[in-house]
Amino acid sequence: MVFLGGQVLPGNVGRAILGPFADQRAVDALNHTLGVDRPLLTQYATWIWNFVRGDMGTSYIFRSPVAPFVIDALGNSMKLAAVAFVLVVPIGILGGVIAALNLNRPLDRIISLGGLSVTVLPEFVTGIILILIFGVWLRWLPISAAWPKNAGFFTQLYYLILPSLPLFLVLFGYIARMARSGMIEALDSDYTRTAVLKGLPWRTVIWRHVLRNALLPTITVIATQTGYLIGGLVVIETLFRYQGIGSLIFTAARGKDFPMLESGILTIGIVYAVATLIADFLYSVLNPRIRLGSDQ
Amino acid sequence: MTNSAQARNTKAENALELSDLSVAYRVAGRNRAVLRNLSLNIKQGEAYGLVGESGCGKSTVALTVVRYLPRNGSISGGAISLDGQNVMKLDGEALRRARAESVSMVYQDPGKALNPSIRVGRQLTEIFELGGITGQAATERAIAMLNRVRISDPPSVMQRYPHQLSGGMQQRVAIAMALANDPSMLILDEPTTGLDATVEAEVLDLIAQLRQELSASILFISHNLAVVSNMCDRVGVLYAGMLVEEGPTEIVFNDPRHPYTVALLRCLPRGGQRKDQGRLDTIPGFLPGIGADIKGCAFADRCALADDRCRTELPPLYDLGGRLSRCFYHDKAQSLPRATPSNVPAPAPKPAAAPVLRVAGLNKTYASHGHALRAVKDVSLDLRPGETLGLVGESGSGKTTFARLLLGLVPPDDGGTIELEGKALAPKLENRGDDQVKAMQIVFQNPDSALNRSHSIRHLIGRALKRLAGLRGKALEARLNDLVRSVRLTDRHLAVKPRQLSGGLKQRVAIARAFAGDPRIVVCDEPTSALDVSVQAAILNLLADLQAKEDVSYIFISHDLGVVRYLSDKIAVLYLGRIMEIGPSEQVFSGPHHPYTEALLSAVPKLDQTETARIRLDGEIPSATNPPSGCVFHTRCPRKIGPICEQQEPPLSEAQPGHSIRCHIPYAELARLQKTVVAEPA
Repeated sequence: MVFLGGQVLPGNVGRAILGPFADQRAVDALNHTLGVDRPLLTQYATWIWNFVRGDMGTSYIFRSPVAPFVIDALGNSMKLAAVAFVLVVPIGILGGVIAALNLNRPLDRIISLGGLSVTVLPEFVTGIILILIFGVWLRWLPISAAWPKNAGFFTQLYYLILPSLPLFLVLFGYIARMARSGMIEALDSDYTRTAVLKGLPWRTVIWRHVLRNALLPTITVIATQTGYLIGGLVVIETLFRYQGIGSLIFTAARGKDFPMLESGILTIGIVYAVATLIADFLYSVLNPRIRLGSDQ
Repeated sequence: MTNSAQARNTKAENALELSDLSVAYRVAGRNRAVLRNLSLNIKQGEAYGLVGESGCGKSTVALTVVRYLPRNGSISGGAISLDGQNVMKLDGEALRRARAESVSMVYQDPGKALNPSIRVGRQLTEIFELGGITGQAATERAIAMLNRVRISDPPSVMQRYPHQLSGGMQQRVAIAMALANDPSMLILDEPTTGLDATVEAEVLDLIAQLRQELSASILFISHNLAVVSNMCDRVGVLYAGMLVEEGPTEIVFNDPRHPYTVALLRCLPRGGQRKDQGRLDTIPGFLPGIGADIKGCAFADRCALADDRCRTELPPLYDLGGRLSRCFYHDKAQSLPRATPSNVPAPAPKPAAAPVLRVAGLNKTYASHGHALRAVKDVSLDLRPGETLGLVGESGSGKTTFARLLLGLVPPDDGGTIELEGKALAPKLENRGDDQVKAMQIVFQNPDSALNRSHSIRHLIGRALKRLAGLRGKALEARLNDLVRSVRLTDRHLAVKPRQLSGGLKQRVAIARAFAGDPRIVVCDEPTSALDVSVQAAILNLLADLQAKEDVSYIFISHDLGVVRYLSDKIAVLYLGRIMEIGPSEQVFSGPHHPYTEALLSAVPKLDQTETARIRLDGEIPSATNPPSGCVFHTRCPRKIGPICEQQEPPLSEAQPGHSIRCHIPYAELARLQKTVVAEPA
C-alpha cells in the first residue's frame, strides 16, 4: 500500500533531486542508478526483500543508507511516546474510574465533558495554546523538544513534557471514556451485585471485583492508541522541531525520498502491529476465559 | 453459631416483614409505582413462594429487601423488617453487616453472578474472611461448604474459574456462597430458570435438603408455579405490584380464590393434556404497565367476572381463614369463564399420507480442537403432514444441530439424506430451490433478535410475503391482512416497530413471517420458553390452530415436557446426538420408556403433588468429543444392567409398532421395572 502510494504520486524522483534545471539525460541516468525506472513489481519485490534483511535502501536525498535515520528517529519518537503514555494511561484510567463512581454527579460531568472537549481539539491547536501558556507566557518549559547534546535523562524528560502534553490531552478523553463505560458495565453486573450482597466493604468490591473486569476492554483501546502515539506524531514533532519518525516521514514526503518514506511508514506499521499483539497477549493473560479456554 | 441462632429466634417471630411497602422507578422524569402497599410476613424457617408474571414486581421485592434497587428505584413508603431489624433505617456500615450476616441472595443466571476473573475458591474464602477466618481455616470452611452443596472434589473446583463449570455447578457454587454466612433469610430469585430440567431438579433437590439442615427462612421467587408448589409452604400471588392472593401452597393451587390465580393455573398444560383434547385457556389483555394509574382491582380489565364495582373500588385483602384474596367475588372466582373456548376441533393426523419429511442416516461431525465432535449421530425419522415431532433432551443433546441440518444452515456429513415430499434436499441452503426453502421455516426462541428492529411489522411480514410467496401489490395486501388475522394481530400492530410490542406479540409476528410462504414444515426452537405462561398458552393455541387449518408439520424443540406433550404427536428423545427413543407421544410419555426418558420425566416439577419416587441423574452430560463406550447413557443410567452396557451400543429397536427404544433391557423388562416404580407410594 505504502509502496504503491509512493509510486502513484506525481513527480519524478530524479527531477526532484537534481532540480528543475538539470539535463534530462542526467535525470534519466540518476533514475536508472536509483532503480526507479524498473517495472513496479520488480521494485516492490526488491524493496520488501531488502527490508526484511534489514536493508532499508538508500535515501535519495542523503545518498546514504536509510536504516540509521529511521532507527534514530524511531528511538526519539518512542521516548516522546513513552512520556505521553506514562502520563496518560494512569491518569486517564483514574479519571474514568472516578467518573464512573460518581455517575451523573458533577465530577462525572466535568471529567466526561472535559475529556471529550480536549479530545476533539486537534493537537496543533492544543499544542500552540500550550506553547503560548507554558513556553511563552509562564516560561516554565522549553518550547522546542530538541534538547542540547549529551543531555542527561532528566533534562531530556524536561524537554519532552511540553510536546507530550497535547498527546496527553488527545488520548485522555479516549481512555477515560473507555474506562468509564467499562466501569459502569462492571458496576451494573450481576457479579458486582453478588459481591456487594456478600457484605464485602465497598473498597474491596471495587478493587477485587470491579476494576479488573472493567479495565479489560480499556487495554485494547490503549493499544490501538499506542499505534497512534508512535505514528501520529507528524504534527507534534514538526511543531516542536523534534527529530522523530513523524517529522522524518514528513521531510521524506516533501523531498520525494521514497525509500525513506516507505521504510518510515512500514516501521510505524510494524510498531503498530507489535503494540496490538502485546495488547492481545496482555488481554488474554488478564482474562481467564481466553487464557484457559472453555472446558465445555 | 448456635448462640446466634437462638438469639435470632428470641428476637423476632418473623424472619421478614414487609408492611405497606411501596417502591417506584423513576422513568422519563416520573416516579412510577412498581410495588403498591405490599405487606407480607415470612416466619422463621418458613419457605414462602412469590409467583406472578414478569413485570409484576417479584424481583423488585427481592432487591428492595437487600436494598439493592437500581439507581432509578426508590422506596416511597412502608417498612421492611429483617429479623426484627428495620432495614430502611440502616446506615451504610450496618447495611453491609446485615448483608454479610443475616441475608443472602441467589438469582437467575449463575454464569453472570460469579465473577469471571476470580477463582471459585477465592470468591468463597473472601466471605469467611469477613468473619475473621483467614488462610487455611477459610479454605477448609470453603471446602466444607462445597461439600455441603454436593460438589465432588471441592479442592479442584476451587482452583477453577466460573466459566470452567457447568451451569448446574455454577448455581451450586452460588448457593454455597449464599449459605456461607449461615443467613437467617435466603432469597432465591428464579434460581433454576434457564437450567436444564435435570439440572433444575438437582438444584431444587439440593435446596430442599439444605432446608432441613439449615435454619434459614426462604423467599422463593419464580414464574414457575410447579417449582413453587414443590418448594414452598406458603405462596403469595403478585399482580401489578400488589398481593392478590396468599395462603398455604397446596390450598392456593388446588382451590384458588382469585380470578388471576385461577386463570394462571388454567394456562398450563396439565395432566398430560393434548392439543386434540382442547385448547389451553389464556388471559386476555396485558399486565398494567409500571406506574399505571389503577383505580379499582388491577386485574379488572382482564377479568370476565369484573363488574363496575371492581373497576372503581380497590378490593381489600379478604381474610378467608388462614388465606387471603383481594377479590370482591372470591367465593366464585373459580367460575371464571374461559377466555378461550376449549372445544376447538383439531383433526388427527392422517397416518395414511406419505411423509412430508424423511430423514435417513443423518450425521454431523464438527472438528473441535483436533477432536471429532459428533453432534448428531445416525438419525433417521419421518414426519407426516399435519404431524408434530417433539424433540427433547438436555442441552448438548443435539436438538438444535438437528434442526439446523434440516434447514440447511449447516451441511450434514456425507451419506445421510433429507427428503422433502419425496425429493432429496441439497445439504446446503443455497443449493436448495426456492420452493424447498419456503417449505421449511423456523420460529426462534427469542423474537427480539429474530426481528429487525428498524422495520415496521407491516414491512417485516410484507417482505417475507414478497420473498417467500412472490406476492406483489393487491395480492400481497390481501394475504398480509389474512396472515395478520390468522396470528391474531390487529391492523393497529402493523404500523409499529418490534420494540413496541410485548414478547408474545413479537412471537406472533415471527410466526406470521414463518407462515408467509405456506410452509410444509415449521421448526419451532423453544418458541415459548422466553414467555410468560399466559402468553405461552396463547402461542401454543395459535400453533395448534394454524396446524389444524394449514396441515403444516412442526418440529417442536422444547425443554418443557408439558408443552411438548401438549403439541406433539410424536416424540424423539435425543442424548449425545443419538435418538434414544422415538414413538407416538402418548406411548413415550406413559411408558414403558427408555431409562433416560424416564429420568427426564421424573425431573419435571409437577403441580399435581402426586410425586412418584424421583430418579436422579448423576453428573453432567458427557462430552460429545469423547462419548462413553457402548451405550452412551451407561455412565448416568440408573438401570444399567452390566458390562454389556459399557461394551456394546444397543440398536434402536422397535418395541411396539412405531415406538423404538435404544436399550439393552428388553421391552417387557422395562415395563416391569417401571411399573414397580410407579406403583410405589411416594
